[in-house]
Amino acid sequence: MPASSTGATRELTYAQAVNEALAEEMRRDPTVCIFGEDVAEAGTPFKVLSGLVAEFGKERVIDTPISEAGFTGVGVGAAMTGLRPVVDIMFGDFITLTMDQMVNQAAKVHYMSGGKWKVPMVMRTTLGATRRSAAQHSQSLHAWFSHVPGLKVALPSTPYDVKGLLKSAIRDDNPVIIFEDKMMYKLKGPVPAEDYVVPLGVADVKRLGDDISLIATSSMVQVALEAAVLLAEIDISAEVVDPRTTWPLDEKTLIESVKKTSRAIVLDEGYERYGVTAEIAAVVASGAFYDLDAPVRRMGAMHVPIPFSPPLEDVTVPTAQTVFEAARAMVKRG
Amino acid sequence: MTTTLQQPRSGSELGTERLLGIYRKMAAIRAFEERVNQLYTRALMPGLAHLYSGEEAVAVGICEALTREDYITSTHRGHGHCLAKGAAADRMFAELLGKVDGYCRGKGGSMHIADPTTGNLGANAIVGGSLGIATGAAFSAKHLGNGRVAVSFFGEGALGQGVLYEVMNLAQLWKLPVIYVCENNMYNEYTHFSETTAGDIVMRAAAFGLPAESVDGQDVLAVHATAQRLVDRARKGEGPSFLMCNTYRYTGHHVGDISREYYRSKQEEQTWKGERDPILNFAAWLQRERVADMAALQKIESELEVEMDAAVQFAIAAPYPGVDEVEQHIYAGE
Repeated sequence: MPASSTGATRELTYAQAVNEALAEEMRRDPTVCIFGEDVAEAGTPFKVLSGLVAEFGKERVIDTPISEAGFTGVGVGAAMTGLRPVVDIMFGDFITLTMDQMVNQAAKVHYMSGGKWKVPMVMRTTLGATRRSAAQHSQSLHAWFSHVPGLKVALPSTPYDVKGLLKSAIRDDNPVIIFEDKMMYKLKGPVPAEDYVVPLGVADVKRLGDDISLIATSSMVQVALEAAVLLAEIDISAEVVDPRTTWPLDEKTLIESVKKTSRAIVLDEGYERYGVTAEIAAVVASGAFYDLDAPVRRMGAMHVPIPFSPPLEDVTVPTAQTVFEAARAMVKRG
Repeated sequence: MTTTLQQPRSGSELGTERLLGIYRKMAAIRAFEERVNQLYTRALMPGLAHLYSGEEAVAVGICEALTREDYITSTHRGHGHCLAKGAAADRMFAELLGKVDGYCRGKGGSMHIADPTTGNLGANAIVGGSLGIATGAAFSAKHLGNGRVAVSFFGEGALGQGVLYEVMNLAQLWKLPVIYVCENNMYNEYTHFSETTAGDIVMRAAAFGLPAESVDGQDVLAVHATAQRLVDRARKGEGPSFLMCNTYRYTGHHVGDISREYYRSKQEEQTWKGERDPILNFAAWLQRERVADMAALQKIESELEVEMDAAVQFAIAAPYPGVDEVEQHIYAGE
């Protein structure tokens, strides 16, 4: 699967970009290893890791029992003692089982030890609804980790970003959690063949615009880009800004965009209440207060367990159409 | 003086210097904890103090079988483990008082002492919280081939935590060099373990195929001999093991737990202190075996008195960290 380095930019799927990032980092650094359920021959249910065990062996691509707390804890200890583990949590919903290891252990080890121990560990997991997987396989729970000092959280929205952010995460000396939108694994996009990283804490303007800022994360970036196309048809120019990491958070880029456009909708697939949209809305509302022409609007998942039935599930998350309508109402044009 | 030392001695093979070193370490822990009690009751120590008095033979017997590079994880009742692994009393007292010269610059406190120079991955205030970390350290040791072993100390209260069974399963599957040391002091805080623990404790570990045994935790030579055997097999690549050390906590769950007759009798406490004290009994054995006379042992104790008083003075005189440190060490490399 990994393409040879030619210096060219290829079209890769999001899944291929993840795979390539891992393969390159494992070649570069022998201390990088992968732990998780069905990560080796199976390559995960999403086949994102296919081929890695063939190249790196079962010593480095390690199938675990279904014991998320146990193998995440092993990842924390291994990270403290010389390895750079990438812990694979098959569905983001299962992070509940790892909470003590991540929140009480990984996040606090460096601080509690007065800077003596480090935890250079990555957790890869998923988010996102509309896959008809019901309430325990569809949640977007990244706000929980974003809440905890000591953790970093990345939400890559393109093949380019996922490869660059994952490589940064692996090289980082702190616990970093990467949430991958499982609906995005087949999304294609340009990815350079040469080595590059996307730094943690640097937002990306995915589309320039003047009338309204659509600040969107992960799955919602594609939704915002589609909405921007619809808005352009009625002569509303939307800027799409992707923070790429919820912590560290590139507040400056977000605030600058809103100062320019004077309006903002914050989009995130997690629950709206007490969530990422609330935090970012507060950041831009205070940072761009004197330039705002309207209250900052938030759009996230409805405050319900994700239902199974397709017509019910589909209304729980923002769509290009709902974003388009919200933006049109805010700009009061068209 | 009565003695409960019954097993055939292998300890005399250790030689006078090591035997006296073992005595000194146990006596040092007792002297340290007596001062913690004083500091706490004089309101010089903030927070909580969980004393290790009565359990000294466990930490010392186990750590005597380890090298300085081997790893340990400790518990909220962890002062004994840290000292036995080689931590300095003055920097420990400083940590207990929240001073900048403490092992964690005062950021961890009594329940979180960590020290990479002695392989101490950290004491943990979540019951069973460091089982994953110790297992991960053993994973690193095996993966990197550095010959180290890891010991996870935990109380019998941690037998109620599911993560113990997850990591024992993993460790046995992967033949990791880790020894799970259960310090059974009989009380889960304020509740006798018989009220919380079904079935046979040692059989729980044996069910995973771990060599699992119990030992008189008041008999330092028995603890050491057993630990040495388990450490040696771990170092040879023969995998994990489980050791239950039957012991007793002389004081309450913490220093403030004074009225405890509702969960255990004074008679029970007096019996353990009078007949099963690990230091008194070892002192008697040393004299009986003509390793040392009373004067030699009293000399050690006098030296420790001076040393510990000086360590306390060091801690009291040490400065607090500057308030600007509050945001340091949240993330490594920043």
